[in-house]
Amino acid sequence: MTRDLFIQASYLASSVLFILGLRSLTHPDSARRGMHLAALGMLLAVIGTLLHREIIDYRWILGGLALGSLVGYPMGMWVPMTAMPQRIAISHMFGALAATLVGVAEFVTLANGADVGHAQMAALGFEVLFGSLTITGSLIAFLKLQGILPGLPLTFRGQNVMSVALFASGAGLLAWLVANPAQPVAFHAMLFVGLGFGISLVLPIGGADMPVVISLLNSYAGLASAATGFAIGNNVLVIAGALDGASGFILSVVMSRAMNRSFGNVLFGAFGTPQTGSAASTAGLTVHAVSPEDAAVQIAYAHKVIVVPGYGLAVSQAQHQLRELAALVEKNGGEVTYAIHPVAGRMPGHMNVLLAEADVPYDRLREMEDVNPQFESADVVLVIGANDVVNPAAKHDPKSPIYGMPILDVEQAKHVLVLKRSMNPGFAGIDNQLFYMPQTSILFGDAKASLQKLITEVRQA
Amino acid sequence: MSSQALTQSLYVFVLAGFVGFLVITRVPSLLHTPLMSATNAISAISLVGSLVAAGSGRNPTATLLGFVAVASATVNVVGGFLITDRMLKMFRKKPSEMPAPKGPGK
Repeated sequence: MTRDLFIQASYLASSVLFILGLRSLTHPDSARRGMHLAALGMLLAVIGTLLHREIIDYRWILGGLALGSLVGYPMGMWVPMTAMPQRIAISHMFGALAATLVGVAEFVTLANGADVGHAQMAALGFEVLFGSLTITGSLIAFLKLQGILPGLPLTFRGQNVMSVALFASGAGLLAWLVANPAQPVAFHAMLFVGLGFGISLVLPIGGADMPVVISLLNSYAGLASAATGFAIGNNVLVIAGALDGASGFILSVVMSRAMNRSFGNVLFGAFGTPQTGSAASTAGLTVHAVSPEDAAVQIAYAHKVIVVPGYGLAVSQAQHQLRELAALVEKNGGEVTYAIHPVAGRMPGHMNVLLAEADVPYDRLREMEDVNPQFESADVVLVIGANDVVNPAAKHDPKSPIYGMPILDVEQAKHVLVLKRSMNPGFAGIDNQLFYMPQTSILFGDAKASLQKLITEVRQA
Repeated sequence: MSSQALTQSLYVFVLAGFVGFLVITRVPSLLHTPLMSATNAISAISLVGSLVAAGSGRNPTATLLGFVAVASATVNVVGGFLITDRMLKMFRKKPSEMPAPKGPGK
């Protein structure tokens, strides 16, 4: 009795610590400490569970803990910050895998479903269905982000029909199993249908839509964990899973808003349909290319510089050069802030992490709503590797595919300096009128090399 | 599991989801990546279920599946908390003692 009481108390304590940990993430100063509390909560829950009466053999447990730690340590300590999106995607897979396997083990143990009640079958079914689609979906997302699979949408004829068919058969099998749980064949069929659905869900999605996908998979992994809690009657799993599910859901909504996609569009996985809108043509317009010397003159003694970093900055690994250039401008008495669009990276908040890693103080990083009124008074806006998020067509041109997407109001600045590899349009494949505006100059070249040239020139200015 | 237990779990689920909603909407987009890695580490609490499956010796299949589940969940617990801490460590207010830009200054 005391032992059970202790176990329950450890679960309650860890639930409270998890919530406190997440609450600490409302501010960077308290965040680290709070997450230490959450880790303590996890430790408590594990210790409590190890005292469980049902556990009689610790060999496999110790083996699993050792193997997991061996793989987890490098995934925590060695993965570079630029690889964070694929790192998170693969961890959604591990989380979902654990939840799914617990569900299958439970089903097998309960006489292949013969001892499973209707309510428990519903929980197990959701667990296995959400879990299995998250396993393969996350794996595909990982392979795409890692560049093993092409980042472009992979589509074939009848893909949508197949996805819908898989979804319907998964739901049908689940309903059938709830009505009549003792059907191992149907149970395993549902598992495979879920695995197939995960693939068909994520395969057609392009690289630029990944922030939404990762958030959604985050939510699904959480729901799978929560369903595990339902199935084995453990509230700490229900709570942690609900927190994770809510977090992923909120991030999906934030991301889909920032990308101008309706949430229904996101829920049903119909992202990234290539649009062939006929936006206002920029043919005949010329861009104003600029030399590093002239660009440096613009920046060197500017009072107010706003940097707009895009994914191109991360690709060329130029965050440290950017920070160095900012330090020079600040030394000349200028003020440098960074305007971060919600989808500036490949996952929510990615750009903030990359800049923080390059030692940019976090109070210089501004969210879109806060920074937009600032562009008017900026002397120079430095756009690096960003395209769609600064395209004024989103505001003015109803025919543009990105019309309605919230953007950074860069076009209101006195001078805009764009660092760009070439005139190739961005991910959405849309021409950008900003580049043709009179106040815009373009410095062509790789972002890292261009920034290095600017640093040299500004030093001499 | 009775339907009464299901109802109780549903209570917990809905209330926890509500708490999660209130807490997480206040997390600034500055910390959205650490938020995701943190919730990922926390939801690896399914380790708790995996431990029971791997250690209760009920049948070999469950033990084997439980073993893989323990390993997978542990990857997320260990890796998730470590990487979250690594990221949060980088968010500083002042530029730190990083080496100053090389070469002669202006």
